[in-house]
Amino acid sequence: MVREQGAKPGGAAKKALGGVRVLEWAQFVSGPYCTKLMADLGAEVIKIEPPGVGDEARGRGPFPDDVPMPERSALFLYLNTNKLGVTLNVEAAEGREVFRNLVKQVDILVEDNPPRLVRELGLTYDELKRINPNLVMTSITPFGQTGPYRDYNAYYLNTFHGGGFGYVTPSDPHNPQVLEREPIMMGGLIAEYYCGVMAGIATQAALYARGAIGRGQFIDMSKQEAVLQALKVNVPQYLLEGLILRRVPTTLTPISWGGILPCKDGYVNMMGAEVHQVQAVFDLMGSPEWSTDERYSPEQFHLHSLEIRPHVIEWVAERCREEIFHEGQRRRAPISAVLSVGEAMNSEQMQARDFFVDLDHPEAGKLKYPFAPWRLSETPASLDSAAPLLGEHNTRVYRDLLGYTESELAKMKETGAI
Amino acid sequence: MSEMALNGIRICDFCWAWAGTSGTELLAFLGAEVIKVESWQRMDGVRMRVTGGGRSPDPHRNPTFNALNLNKLAITVDIRQPRGVELIKQIVKVSDVVTDNFAGGVLQRLGLGYEALREVRPDIIVLSMPGFGAPGPWQKYHGYAPTFEDLSGVADMSGYPDGKPSRTGLGGFTDFINGMQAAFSILAALNYRRQTGEGQFIDLSQLESTCCLIGEAYVGYDMNGRSPTRRGNRDGFMAPHNCYPCQGEDKWVSIAIATEEEWNAFCEAMGRPEWTKDEKFRDAPSRSANQEELDRLVGEWTRGHTHYEVMEMLQRVGVAAMPSFDVAELTADPHLNERDCLVMVEHPEAGENTFVAPPWKLSETPARITRHAPMVGQHNEYVFCELLGMPEEEFAVLVGEQVIY
Repeated sequence: MVREQGAKPGGAAKKALGGVRVLEWAQFVSGPYCTKLMADLGAEVIKIEPPGVGDEARGRGPFPDDVPMPERSALFLYLNTNKLGVTLNVEAAEGREVFRNLVKQVDILVEDNPPRLVRELGLTYDELKRINPNLVMTSITPFGQTGPYRDYNAYYLNTFHGGGFGYVTPSDPHNPQVLEREPIMMGGLIAEYYCGVMAGIATQAALYARGAIGRGQFIDMSKQEAVLQALKVNVPQYLLEGLILRRVPTTLTPISWGGILPCKDGYVNMMGAEVHQVQAVFDLMGSPEWSTDERYSPEQFHLHSLEIRPHVIEWVAERCREEIFHEGQRRRAPISAVLSVGEAMNSEQMQARDFFVDLDHPEAGKLKYPFAPWRLSETPASLDSAAPLLGEHNTRVYRDLLGYTESELAKMKETGAI
Repeated sequence: MSEMALNGIRICDFCWAWAGTSGTELLAFLGAEVIKVESWQRMDGVRMRVTGGGRSPDPHRNPTFNALNLNKLAITVDIRQPRGVELIKQIVKVSDVVTDNFAGGVLQRLGLGYEALREVRPDIIVLSMPGFGAPGPWQKYHGYAPTFEDLSGVADMSGYPDGKPSRTGLGGFTDFINGMQAAFSILAALNYRRQTGEGQFIDLSQLESTCCLIGEAYVGYDMNGRSPTRRGNRDGFMAPHNCYPCQGEDKWVSIAIATEEEWNAFCEAMGRPEWTKDEKFRDAPSRSANQEELDRLVGEWTRGHTHYEVMEMLQRVGVAAMPSFDVAELTADPHLNERDCLVMVEHPEAGENTFVAPPWKLSETPARITRHAPMVGQHNEYVFCELLGMPEEEFAVLVGEQVIY
C-alpha cells in the first residue's frame, strides 16, 4: 500500500518525534539535513540564522531563472521544511543570553561551528549541560573536536576528498586516461548529506539512551569520519591484500563486462554480478553465438569480462535506453537507465509512489519537493510547512516560548542581537 | 565499560549484502544486539565473494563480510521449513526490530510478513528495504548500489564537464546511505515506541533514499526545467575550487577559496601577492570566469610540493586545503589515528584485522566495536538454548533435522 503523505492541514496525524524540541545552530547542508530528518518526523526544530544574511545556503541556488534571492534558494527551501526560523546573533553578549535561554527549552542542540568559536563564546557542552542536563548536543565539524586537524578549514570539496571519496571518482576501469586527470566530486553535495544522516543516527540514539541513563550527552561528529564509513570495506582490503582503490580499478570486478555505456538515446548501466544475472543479459541479447563459448560459462565468465565487453558495447549502441532497462529487468538482470534529474523526477516509479510533494512558500511559490526516504506506517513523515522566511518566527519563539516582552524584543532588534 | 546507547534492543536481521547490513551494523555499534539470520544453504553471499570475482572457499575469512558485520551474532535457520518459520517467530517474540532487504515480499510469502509478526509481538518495528519500495511499477526490479545512482539522476550529474555520466569507485556508496537512513528511521520508531508503546512498519525504497541526497536538484528542476550538468570539482560560486597535482604519482590536493580574506592569504602563502591585484582574479566572479587559467597557475605551484605540505602551508593561514586521500594514506593519517578511527579486531579464523571504528564519539554511551563478525551459525546455542530456553535435546534434534542448519 502506498501510504498517505504530503501536506496534512491540521496536523492531527501521529508524529514519531512529536514533543521533541530541537535547536539548530548550523548552516549549509549537514546540520540542517540532520534536523530536517527530525522535523519531517514531527520534531519542533528552531533554526537560528545570523541576522541580515541568514544561512549561507540561502546564497546558493538553484534559484528561479538563476537570479540569487535569499528566500528562493532551492537548497535552502529543501533543507529547511517544517522548521521554525529565528534570527539571532549568537556572537553578541545579548544574543548569547537568548541562546542559553533557548538551550534550556530543548532536548537536542545541533551545531556546526568551529570548535574554537564555541569555546570562545562559552557555549561548550560542559557549559550548556549545567543549564540543561538533559541536553543532547551534536557538534558537526569537518574533522571533529580533537586531533591535529580539528581547527582546519574545509568546504564541501575538501570534506569529499579528505574523507577518501574523491580519489576513486570517477571510476572508469576501461579508461586509463582518467588517472592523468584530477579526481573529482560526485554531483551535488553528497558528502555533506552523508554526514547529516550519520549525525542524525547518533542524535536519535542519544535521545533514546536518555531514557535509560537519565541525562543527555555530547556527540562529536567529524565529517571526515562520516565519509570514512563508506571506506569500511576498503580499509581491511587494503591492509590485508594491499589493494589501493583508484579511479581505474587494478582488478577486474564481476561487472567489468559492462558499466555505463552509450546507447542510441543516452546511457545505460549494464550490470550483473551473479551467474544467473549474466545469463539473463545473454538472454536479453538473444543468446548470440559467442555467448555459448565455454569461457563464458557460469564458473568462468568473470575471468573473461574484457572479451565479453565489446559484444555488449556493440549491442547496446544499437538500442534504446528504455527497452534495454525494462527488458533487462524483466529477465532479472539489474540493468538501469541513466536518467537526468528531470527524467528521474518524471519516471513512472516516482509518479506512482507520489514521491514528489507540492508545497507552497510565500516567496518561492508552489514547488515540488522530494518526500522522506522512509514511509512509517503509524507515524508517516509529512511536509506540513515550507522553509521559514528569515526571522519569520522571532515573535513566536522569543515572545511566546521564551517570554520576552515586545519592548525587550524591539531593543534587541535595535542592537542587532535578533 | 559504560553502557551503550542501544543496550537492551534486539534486532532480528534478515539483511544481506551491503545496504541493510551496513545499517544494522551501525545499530550494533551503538549497542543493539543484532542477530543475523542465515542458513548453510543460503548464507549472506558476501561471505563467498572475492575481490575480482569468483568464489572464496572460506566464509569466515572474507574481509568484506567481516567489515560489514562487526558486533553481530549469527544463527542458521532454514526458513523454508515451517519449523524454521516457527523458530523465527520465537526470536521475534523477544526482539524489538526486524529488518530485511528482500525484493518482492519474500518474508510475506513465508508467513513472516509484518501482520504475522505483529501477532507474535504487537509492538514490533519492522523495516523492509527493497530496492524500489512496495508497491510501485518497479517493485520487482533488482538493483545494486549503482542502480540507484543511475535512476535518481546522481550518475548523470557526476563526472567531468566534457565526460560521460560517472560513478564513484566506492562500490557501496548508495548502500551505505540507505543503511544509514534505515538506521535513522528505526531509531525514530524506537523513540516513538518508548513514548507510546506502539511499533510500526517502515517501507524504505533505496531509490528514494538516494534521491534525498540531491533534493535541491529536483526543486531546482521544478523551478527552471533544467537538470544539473556535470562539472567535476567546480562550484558555481567559489574559485579556486579544484584538485591540484602534487609531488608523487597520482597525488592531489583539494583547495577551495570562498572569501577575499582567504584569497589574499592564499596568494601570500604561494608567494604570489601580485595575483590579488590582477584584474582577472579581482573578485569571486572574475576568478570563476577565469578559473581555467587560475587552475593552471595554481597547479604549477602545487606541483612543487607534496599534498601534505600544501595542506599545512595553506591551513596555517586559514585556507581550506586537504589532500585527496587514498585508502593507504587514510589508514596512516596522524589525525585519524589520534582519534582512534582504526581498530584492530581479533577473529578466531581470520586473525587480526584492522577496521574502521564507529563514526561518532558519544560522551556517555560510547559506540564501539565489541566483537568480530560472526562465523556462520556461531551463536545458535546462545540464541536457541540460552535466549529462548530451548532444551539441549530439542536443539540437537533441530540441528540433526537441519532446521537449525
